[in-house]
Amino acid sequence: MAKRSAPEINAGSMADIAFLLLIFFLVTTTMETDRGISRKLPPIPLEDIVPPIIKQKNIFTVIVNRNNDLLVEDQLMQLQDLRMAAVEFLDNGGGVGEEACTYCQGPRDLSSSDNPEKAIISLVNDRQTKYGTYISVQNELVAAYNFLRNREAQRLYGLDYLKMEKDYNDVNYRGNKEVLKERLDEIQNMYPQKLSEAEPKG
Amino acid sequence: MAKFTKKKSGELPAVNTASLPDIVFMLLFFFMVATVMRTDTLMIENKLPFADQVEKLDKKDLVMYIYAGKPHSRYQQKYGSEARIQLNDKFAEVSDVQQFIYSERESKREELIPYLTTALKVDIETNMGLVSDIKQELRKAEALKINYTTRIGDVTKN
Repeated sequence: MAKRSAPEINAGSMADIAFLLLIFFLVTTTMETDRGISRKLPPIPLEDIVPPIIKQKNIFTVIVNRNNDLLVEDQLMQLQDLRMAAVEFLDNGGGVGEEACTYCQGPRDLSSSDNPEKAIISLVNDRQTKYGTYISVQNELVAAYNFLRNREAQRLYGLDYLKMEKDYNDVNYRGNKEVLKERLDEIQNMYPQKLSEAEPKG
Repeated sequence: MAKFTKKKSGELPAVNTASLPDIVFMLLFFFMVATVMRTDTLMIENKLPFADQVEKLDKKDLVMYIYAGKPHSRYQQKYGSEARIQLNDKFAEVSDVQQFIYSERESKREELIPYLTTALKVDIETNMGLVSDIKQELRKAEALKINYTTRIGDVTKN
């Protein structure tokens, strides 16, 4: 047989393949963002500042030792109970008269905190404590604050506190940011985050 | 009879080059969408702990990263097995953290400086001694907004 030229491959659909690949990768790639617990460090105090006198009952001591054991108010506690214990302490409202707390729903125990504005949580670690345990404790304490702030936000405005914060930081938020800021400040002042971390021992 | 033109035998038809631009664009688009934004190569082990009270760090250009953990097995002979700090691409000491913060601040615009946050990406097995040293240095440099980078999960798995 005489040699025939091979029929040419129709290259018209190469462009289609190119666009298919492009759209596939456009749809499936993700830009991973980091997530984490946001905290604010206290500034280094000036030399001559005298620490104010605080009543012992207004301090909630949380100590983590080198074996990653949790000591809350000098009693051994498991991690899962920490959140509730912190909420109970912050929401106690044992104060009377000037220091009474109108919005607290806690047990009003006289030997626990007076009101949330005076309640301080003090965290002490050991240098050998594992970072994982530290993060668990931070998570539970931040969760306690968020729980209480959420409750107040729901009661006062019917909104979720964390959503309010996200909206405030959102560039595309349509509503009134001034009013939102006022509300956020009000709720934050009801349960201020007074979490004091001391230098680790050991 | 129909006229048959005599074809020279043995000659292959020329390759159709009409779709060469398509191939070039296909390659271009593939690399445009498949390349990843450059992140620092980690010379340390970095298993992050779990947490659920987390926030997203959306604005990557306003974040300064400090990594800490044990050096990777292939670096252990050279750098030992104690937990270390990594800044950008090199190992560093605690005393270098302040300088790192200042140089990061220099590279950003003036009005953005109060919004900078420091992301601490620390391995779960690190001891608190190193982490609190880093925090003390950050306090001295007045970089008070920090974020402990974590994975999302139940805290009891830590």
